[in-house]
Amino acid sequence: MTRSVADGIAAWPPAALDPAGPFAGPLNTLSWVLFAMGGAVLLIVLIALGVALFGPRRWRAKLGGAKLVWIGGFAFPVVVLSALLIYGLSLTSHLTQEPGPGEMRVRVTGEMWWWRVAYLDAQGREGFQDANEVHIPTGRPVVFELDSADVIHSFWVPRLSGKVDMIPGRRNLLRLQADEPGAYGGQCAEYCGGPHALMGLVVVAHAPADYAAWLRKQSAPAVAAAQPAAGAEVFARAGCGACHAVAGTAFNGQAGPDLSHVGSRRTLGAGILPNNQGTMAGWISNSQSIKPGNRMPAYPVLTGQELRDVSAWLESLK
Amino acid sequence: MGTGLIRDGQGHDGEVANPPRIDVRWGVLSLIALLCACVDKSDPPRDITGADADRGLAVIRRVGCASCHGIPGIQWPQGLTGPTLEGFADGPMIGGQFPNRPDVLIDWLIDAPSMAPATAMPAIPLTESEARDVAAYLYTLHD
Repeated sequence: MTRSVADGIAAWPPAALDPAGPFAGPLNTLSWVLFAMGGAVLLIVLIALGVALFGPRRWRAKLGGAKLVWIGGFAFPVVVLSALLIYGLSLTSHLTQEPGPGEMRVRVTGEMWWWRVAYLDAQGREGFQDANEVHIPTGRPVVFELDSADVIHSFWVPRLSGKVDMIPGRRNLLRLQADEPGAYGGQCAEYCGGPHALMGLVVVAHAPADYAAWLRKQSAPAVAAAQPAAGAEVFARAGCGACHAVAGTAFNGQAGPDLSHVGSRRTLGAGILPNNQGTMAGWISNSQSIKPGNRMPAYPVLTGQELRDVSAWLESLK
Repeated sequence: MGTGLIRDGQGHDGEVANPPRIDVRWGVLSLIALLCACVDKSDPPRDITGADADRGLAVIRRVGCASCHGIPGIQWPQGLTGPTLEGFADGPMIGGQFPNRPDVLIDWLIDAPSMAPATAMPAIPLTESEARDVAAYLYTLHD
């Protein structure tokens, strides 16, 4: 699909300039301040250039003096850029402070090329895992603890907060908050190899009561109601459990995304495909044709019936 | 007119000494032959009342058909699990088993396993009208 300039204008504003919470708001302000100041400086330079080329001799002589170089080339940038730095830091410093008591905490670990998500308790201990989708309540800050399992990734959900690198061995912090329920798209913003461009995530914000309901459902296994049973057999026989965990079963692989509630996710393949039985079957059968280089092999050993059974079973893990 | 045809064939310096009439007839015959080719008897009518190919393409995107099928008009993905749908409108069969007719295609899109129990293509969450739109799009895919 090709995108034209007209499509871009029709989609205005871009996510990065369309804040949906109190942490993204100041960043949006800062962006516009930077655009405005950059524009003003460009205008001044263009006027000076015009004078230098076409202005009267007296004006041109003034432009050529050492005094203007000291003022315009040294004093002005030092003062303006320092002020801008202090202003910028004052707007964003609270984004990265340590979590206070009672603040909700989520750990997101960048993996090539997906996101491991763990919900933490007040002491920072891991509750349950999920992948590629983070659920938060609206109207309160959520502290994201960001790290990486392999290379440097960057966590960015433009409508909810800033962009912070995920660095192996480091724990970087970032606060997000959504004012309204909804699904907010995110993207790995640091080139991390191969299918980096296909490493997306979704942050889903619920009204507080809905969030509590989601949390209750999510912390309990979904496998009891999963159908058809033949799908679970295919899952076991094909060895899926070596890389994927499903709560309430013996499948406890940790290399790939947790699948305990995979059927309830909005997307597949880390924010890139709609989630239904068809896309699930296509992904299992040959994810390499969809997201080339990702670490899940193709499964050309399954029959059509087996593929339908296992994809149906996974989709029923709601 | 006959000389015109010959001049075109010979380029710029076509001084035609003796214009042979037979070329006119060949020209007309070729034209008739070409026009006959426009009536393709192997291409049955596939109008689907009320269906809209553009809406169909939007449905295809939303449902993610391209995770298994290469589909002209969709740059990414181009899944390899199912057959490519390039030229689908000119193919005689659906799933290698059923005649390529609108009514059959619409049923197939919604619930392929009920027709072919061994197929890898699952039932797709489409309404009847969405399936008609998708079918309309697939019938625009000529070789």
